[in-house]
Amino acid sequence: MISLNNISKWYGSFQVLKDCSLEVAKGEVVVVCGPSGSGKSTLIKTVNALESIQQGKIFIGEHELSHPRSNLPALRAKVGMVFQHFELFPHLSIIENLALAQIHVLHRNKDEAYQKGNKLLERVGLRAHSKKFPGQLSGGQQQRVAIARALCMDPMAMLFDEPTSALDPEMINEVLDVMVELAQEGMTMICVTHEMGFARKVAHRVVFMDQGEIIEDQRKDAFFANPSSVRAREFLSRILH
Amino acid sequence: MERLDWSGLPQVLPTLWSGMQITLQITLLAIVLGIVCGTVLATMRLSGVKPLAYFANLFVTVFRSFPLVLVLLWFFLLIPQLLQALLRIPATTDIRLVSAMVAFSLFEAAYYAEIIRAGIQAVPRAQFNASLALGMRYVQVMRLVVLPQAFRAMLPLLLTQAIVLFQDTSLVYVIGLADFFRSATNIGDRDGTAVEMVLFSGLVYFLICGATSGIVKLLQKKAVR
Repeated sequence: MISLNNISKWYGSFQVLKDCSLEVAKGEVVVVCGPSGSGKSTLIKTVNALESIQQGKIFIGEHELSHPRSNLPALRAKVGMVFQHFELFPHLSIIENLALAQIHVLHRNKDEAYQKGNKLLERVGLRAHSKKFPGQLSGGQQQRVAIARALCMDPMAMLFDEPTSALDPEMINEVLDVMVELAQEGMTMICVTHEMGFARKVAHRVVFMDQGEIIEDQRKDAFFANPSSVRAREFLSRILH
Repeated sequence: MERLDWSGLPQVLPTLWSGMQITLQITLLAIVLGIVCGTVLATMRLSGVKPLAYFANLFVTVFRSFPLVLVLLWFFLLIPQLLQALLRIPATTDIRLVSAMVAFSLFEAAYYAEIIRAGIQAVPRAQFNASLALGMRYVQVMRLVVLPQAFRAMLPLLLTQAIVLFQDTSLVYVIGLADFFRSATNIGDRDGTAVEMVLFSGLVYFLICGATSGIVKLLQKKAVR
């Protein structure tokens, strides 16, 4: 459903992505991990063209992302994205956050959008907070709202860019629980995360990146049992203690 | 110093009020058009489209490089015919007022553009990305997400600029337009009450600007929260 074919990206003369290829099938959950600065965040942002690429091709379904005639906003609307720092709109209430793109991008009417929004807030356990503003919620709550906001668009896939790394430890699980549930329902997901517990539980594949390269792309069990590269082994031993 | 004579004040109040109307008309129109054009200029400058950014930059630089008095005179002396043709103004309208309005609006647009540009740039880039990720287009992102946040933060600055503008309208005397201040000094010259009139108009400016400053302070407190 999502495929990255030999993509490369440079910042000036520094190459941040080196000939990366990745296939994600419908319903598959892929966890991308690696040391900081390895290019994993950049990689996931290329999937909805928040980062441009200089070489290679990216396909969402049968649509090529970088094709000059591709409708970028329409493609982005089909792929939900969750950011490290939530990025809720601080000037809007929670329910308005959820309704904004539904109304202006999908052209749903206000009632429909609010109904959908409330349904998804219910699902992430925050229905009671719909009239509050983002600043009044905890980090974990904000991130759950951000997930609900993305789901409001009925995405065909979800991208998670380090969704728990800005959270206090006691809030990580409430966000992971929502993600696990989503994965178990069959959502196609690419998650950049260091939460190996999450990876063990629901990932189908684990991708390991270092210095802009995809070093490993393995089935979950194989990756944890016996990573083939030294770098991945070292990384795992460092983060699993 | 001679004793001040306030006895003539009630009779001249209507004249002063018609002057104040001119002042307010120019101020309000220049604020509205200045903010609208300033927003357009600021978004042009930040759009990343080279010709648009270049034009906006040129506009801002030109208008900020000349004293307001000069801009006023130009619009009055050099291009009234052009204005008349462009805006299809009936020949009976006071061309001085129209040229003052246009000059102030464009001049303020240049200053507002810079305030608004800073305000837009203060909104985190990630907010932009989050909006794009939801499928919004550039104009939607600006209108729905970035500008509302930017304006909220900028409101005190915009009001401060409005106060400056309100005071600057007194410069229209150079094109012979009788705004509030000009009316006051005219009356003073005519009736030999120059000191009284200058004192009185000073008080009026002080009250209006003081009240607006009070609002600014209130808003700043709110914005900090």
